[in-house]
Amino acid sequence: MTKPPPKNKPRSGPLADRIFAWLAKGAALFTLATLMAILVSLTISAWPAISRYGFGFLTSTSWDPVKQDFGGLVMIYGTLMTSLIALLIAVPVSFGIAVFLTELSPAWLKRPLGTAIELLAAIPSIVYGMWGLLVFGPLLAQYVQQPLQSVFGGLPYLGALLSGPPVGIGILSAGIILAIMIIPFIAAVMRDVFEITPTLLKESAYGLGATTWEVVTKVVLPYTKSGVIGGIMLGLGRAIGETMAVTFVIGNFNQLDSLSLFQAANSITSALANEFAEAGEGLHQASLMYLGLVLFFITFVILTLSKVLLSQLKKNEGLKT
Amino acid sequence: MTTGELLLKQADLQAARKAKFAGRKFINQVALVMSLLAMAFGLLWLFWILLDTIVLGIGGMNWTTLTEMTPPPNDEGGLANAIYGSFLMVMLAALVGTPIGVLAGIYLAEFDSQGWLASVTRFVNDILLSAPSIVIGLFVYSVIVFRFKSFSGIAGVVALALIVVPIVIRTTENMLQLVPAGLREAAYALGAPKWKVILSITLRSARAGVVTGVLLAVARIAGETAPLLFTALSNQFWTSSLAEPMASLPVTIFKFAMSPYENWQKLAWAGVFIITLAVLGLNILARVLTRSKI
Repeated sequence: MTKPPPKNKPRSGPLADRIFAWLAKGAALFTLATLMAILVSLTISAWPAISRYGFGFLTSTSWDPVKQDFGGLVMIYGTLMTSLIALLIAVPVSFGIAVFLTELSPAWLKRPLGTAIELLAAIPSIVYGMWGLLVFGPLLAQYVQQPLQSVFGGLPYLGALLSGPPVGIGILSAGIILAIMIIPFIAAVMRDVFEITPTLLKESAYGLGATTWEVVTKVVLPYTKSGVIGGIMLGLGRAIGETMAVTFVIGNFNQLDSLSLFQAANSITSALANEFAEAGEGLHQASLMYLGLVLFFITFVILTLSKVLLSQLKKNEGLKT
Repeated sequence: MTTGELLLKQADLQAARKAKFAGRKFINQVALVMSLLAMAFGLLWLFWILLDTIVLGIGGMNWTTLTEMTPPPNDEGGLANAIYGSFLMVMLAALVGTPIGVLAGIYLAEFDSQGWLASVTRFVNDILLSAPSIVIGLFVYSVIVFRFKSFSGIAGVVALALIVVPIVIRTTENMLQLVPAGLREAAYALGAPKWKVILSITLRSARAGVVTGVLLAVARIAGETAPLLFTALSNQFWTSSLAEPMASLPVTIFKFAMSPYENWQKLAWAGVFIITLAVLGLNILARVLTRSKI
């Protein structure tokens, strides 16, 4: 017969259990507290600017640290415009990649290609930024901007859209670099949601004589609609919050005097990256904090939307199977 | 209607169907070619960027890159202090962030997977997971740097740790949920208390997945620049003191690449090469780990 277990052994369980449960719950609450703390501390730090400008901050284009007069429209415009260009390029390409990976690619290629696309997502944004500034920007200026300007430069509206010094930095370069960055994110989500389309549905369509393209657009896409939009939102959230890739190539220019695609500009993130460490305490810093708060709010809304849409897809999936 | 007319009409119909079919087939082929091109387009950037990073990076590398301090403009030097600072801050951030993340992941998977607190935590975690990293930097600036009136390595560590936590929470929860319920029940049946079941049965069998999450988190923060810009700032010299501003590889690259000095740009390429190598290496390692264990 073995020794009977010590008497206090079963008692040590519940106490240790309670401590452990308490620790785990504490860690979960820590996450909630972090979000709260971010919101509160940013609001407090931005308060001088919020109380002085109110919502007028969002529509004012002046940004003058010398006269201490600040408004965020230039940066908000830069952020939205670069993200829009990025989406315009990234969405069709990601859709093509997802279609290729789910419908076309031979089975042995799926995995390596998928991995390659995911690795593209892992490359740090500073690499994209630096490559964009030193390699891609000059090429864009030489082979795209200059020919376009020489052909369309004289036309009234188009010419204005293409004006600007041919140095390869500005809204368009930033948008293209952002697009390269978010393609893997959107493509990965699209591929994942395409893959959950029931094979039975797809095979029924094929059985009726549909072509691959028809299956994708008339069966897969309607079935995964909310997931696809969710994925696009996720990419948009990335693009809006991206800092380094934009900061390198956007040109850090705080005026909005032309709508040209090649005009140097500023986004919320690049303004923060360039100016914050040097900004004097006071209104300048508070205004930058205000911009940070606006940025956080925009991404918060977009991410919430994307989450709601993605979870809707999951719900439908549960109902149908 | 005579037979001839009927036959004619049928032939017309057939021709129309054939034309329609040819049209559909053509659209299909165009679409598939476009999709192939999209794939090629995506891969083109990957290879282009990697190629430039390798060629220009190796061009900027030599032994002094790893042994000497960051130089003033137009002078010889290396990246030793930046590499050391990055290494130190990333390691400390992973050490601080991992336990919190794993514990919260355990809470979500094992204690309260359906309750309101878990749903709220999951939602908030997803927000933090994709929150712009520069906002994390602003936050740490206003709670630590502003209060203590000094940029410091410790502020950099806190900012990076805040990025590690949500990644580890997500992967830990997902991996724990893959552990079969039978394993837990068997342990409970033997009389093990809950903490012991979790630590030595569930967490243990999900080990590879949790380690993968930590590796991915390390890979992510190793390349993060934005949260360090106004927390750790940078430092021209070697320092181990976390109370002082600390150099890091990404911030140094940022400063050097934006400068007009040729030797700084060369060092920046070398730095980018080192970072890309480390990040891709960690990602591939993480993949290998999950593939062989789960």
